[in-house]
Amino acid sequence: MAEITVRVNGTEHSLIVDTRLSLLDLLRERLGLTGSKKGCDHGQCGACTVLIDGRRSNACLALAVTCDGLDVTTVEGLGDGDGGLHPLQAAFIEHDAFQCGYCTPGQLCSAAGMLTEPGPSAVTEDLMEDPPLTPAEIRERMSGNLCRCGAYVNIVTAIEGVRR
Amino acid sequence: MNRVEAYDKVTGRAKYAYEYGVGEVAYAHLVQSTIARGRIRSIDPGQALAMPGVIAVLSSDDPPELGSLDDAELALLQSRAIAYRGQIVAVVVAETPEIARAAERAVRVEYDAEPHDVLLRPDHPGLYPPEKVNPGLPTDTERGDVAGGLADAAVTVDATYTTPTQHNNPMEPHAALAVWADGGLTLYDSSQGVSAERATAAKVLGLPPERVRVISRHVGGGFGSKGTIRPHAVAAALAARATGRPVKIAVTRQQMFEVTGYRTPTIQRLRLGADADGRLTAIAHDVVEQTSTIVEFAEQTATPTRVMYATPALRTTHRLLRLDLPTPSWMRAPGECPGMYALESAMDELAVAAGIDPIELRVMNEPLTEPESGLPFSSRNLVACLREGARRFGWERRDPEPGIRLDGRWLVGTGVASSTYPARRMASRATATAEDGGFIVRIAAADIGTGARTALTRIAAQTLGTSTERVRVEIGDSALPQASLAGGSMGTASWGSAVVKACEAMLKNGAVGSADTTEDVEADSGFARHAFGAQFAEVRVDIDTGELRVPRLLGVFAAGRIIDDSLARSQFIGGMTMGMGMALMEETVVDEEFGDFLNHDLAQYHVAACADVLDIDAVWIEEEDPYLNPMGSKGIGEIGIVGTAAAIANAVYHATGRRIRDLPITPDKLVS
Ligand code: FES
Ligand code: FES
Repeated sequence: MAEITVRVNGTEHSLIVDTRLSLLDLLRERLGLTGSKKGCDHGQCGACTVLIDGRRSNACLALAVTCDGLDVTTVEGLGDGDGGLHPLQAAFIEHDAFQCGYCTPGQLCSAAGMLTEPGPSAVTEDLMEDPPLTPAEIRERMSGNLCRCGAYVNIVTAIEGVRR
Repeated sequence: MNRVEAYDKVTGRAKYAYEYGVGEVAYAHLVQSTIARGRIRSIDPGQALAMPGVIAVLSSDDPPELGSLDDAELALLQSRAIAYRGQIVAVVVAETPEIARAAERAVRVEYDAEPHDVLLRPDHPGLYPPEKVNPGLPTDTERGDVAGGLADAAVTVDATYTTPTQHNNPMEPHAALAVWADGGLTLYDSSQGVSAERATAAKVLGLPPERVRVISRHVGGGFGSKGTIRPHAVAAALAARATGRPVKIAVTRQQMFEVTGYRTPTIQRLRLGADADGRLTAIAHDVVEQTSTIVEFAEQTATPTRVMYATPALRTTHRLLRLDLPTPSWMRAPGECPGMYALESAMDELAVAAGIDPIELRVMNEPLTEPESGLPFSSRNLVACLREGARRFGWERRDPEPGIRLDGRWLVGTGVASSTYPARRMASRATATAEDGGFIVRIAAADIGTGARTALTRIAAQTLGTSTERVRVEIGDSALPQASLAGGSMGTASWGSAVVKACEAMLKNGAVGSADTTEDVEADSGFARHAFGAQFAEVRVDIDTGELRVPRLLGVFAAGRIIDDSLARSQFIGGMTMGMGMALMEETVVDEEFGDFLNHDLAQYHVAACADVLDIDAVWIEEEDPYLNPMGSKGIGEIGIVGTAAAIANAVYHATGRRIRDLPITPDKLVS
């Protein structure tokens, strides 16, 4: 057992946690924030993606004890706090970028993190460049988030709209 | 109109089965067999029970009382016999998920192992014809002189195609919360059909159905794997009954490979004969596939061949092998999906052998009535789909010569295949009431990502002559009027029929209308009802590495009246995306040494990722069909996956000159 303090969506929580507890289970089981999903618990699907200090991370791969003092944003905290949607959330609705919705919170957090990530990716021609987010760049950078319903075409369109 | 639950889904408010909060909840974890065949000698829960926080270990040492043992996959902890590796042998209940999981490893189970048999082979002496194939169709059919038709043919194809074991892998792993109160059970489960699940749960647990309530408001995909109650839900109910606590259970991604079903591998021999013009003289489609030793599941793989093409002689057969493996189950377009991969690949081979364009070959063999039954089609627009697709895809510019288009390092090719899926419906009930200045429609339907809530809202609004904002549709709860499940692409047709009828009754009698479509559905006969489509693929194959990309995939469908354009496109594209995964990567490998499967997670069972999907589009043609249901609609949840793999495999042949007959088409097969 260990005592930690984490800020989640702007609210500070001090708790005593089992050292085996993942950040994902802390969110879902202890804080009742079930927006972050568990698709594999092994870092293989991206359903649990949250922002830790602004960077996208798989919450299932982070032990809660390692998040002491960190700032976590989940899908519940993406909007403006008054019920208004993040532009990505609105775009996902507009472009029907989900079906069952189970991968969606992870897709949204991942996309939000991706939009601020600089630098080239595996599909960038010139590795010295900070490329524009073309559909090919978006597809490459969003490939850590699986969608078994196969909503990728619409996910990429939705993200493209927000990038512009 | 956006999806009714869109806001809830993008904000994280939509609750899935595992996410309901109740007080005093305990956590269950499954303990699985480590041998593939034999008997349990002993189970020692001592070490697990000694761990702080462990509440109970349920096992066959003290078999929980059940009401029915009919389904051996659901008759948990009753027998000492082991039918496959990964079978549930005990259930651990603890205060937290971490403790439950640690305790699972502390349960000591000793076995007397016996040699196992886990490999499907076409020459296995144990192959047998099942009495029926799903869902109650004849195992074998034969019409006309097949041997003669093949012997007299000017052109023949005789080829064997295989499809591997595939796993549904919905993104939401199966999970349940079981709560007992006053002798009754409430089950929050991830389910494609709460009414059927309630009936089965009641039977298995020995309760009257009215004492069971199943709630499943949001489902994170199912693709068939949540179409019937799975053992985890029974385990949660038994654990909750034994401990007097509400119990939650989440099947891990790894466990899903054994306890939530999979698509049987298939070995399919196709023999086609045609005259010099390409007119079919005979078709024989012989299928070998598997089931477990404890439950018979007979996939209807050859059944689409009974529907597709005109031929004077037609034979279809299914042979099943019982293996020491988990029981196969429903996976998106069971039967049609693997069967059409083989038939549509063989049709492409026939086109090549006869020197005829593959579209013209299909058009030439278009039947006037359903080939096997002789029934008239309620509507059939396959040819229109092929023509429209050819126009959009630029098919007329295609040079049929294989292996000659090199673009840099890439060999480029295109392929086509037909799609089909039955348009059926099942009896359902619904009510419609005028309340609070609007209307509420109630039906125990399921939305597993299809958009059922939204489609039913539209259907109700249209029947009532009102706006969709004034209609609220309540689904996903067995306390609502009984409905059929989300499966077999029958959801919208079945539920919509009941909703229309209930709304019409309400308009007639005032405030309340209720409907039961049992009689309407019983009167559905006299026609062969199917949706059709055509899929076009372009592929690029790296000449050295065999890397295979699919830059373009186009589907054109004829599926009656489309109720919601946006939802329909998503369904079609989603099915095609899964079909692309089937063509290129999806494969579960049997572990011959230890039984069960070698790849057990999403790192090793590959599904299509965002970077794999370049340009996938789906369109449809207008189709009027008065013989279906009040909406005039055909189901669209499954047809998108039917034919995709064949279109891609045919394009691979066109690109490379190599015919890969064993899915998935991985680079090693292209470079070897
Ligand atoms: S649940 Fe974390 S990556 Fe799948
Ligand atoms: S919307 Fe179902 S998995 Fe992405």
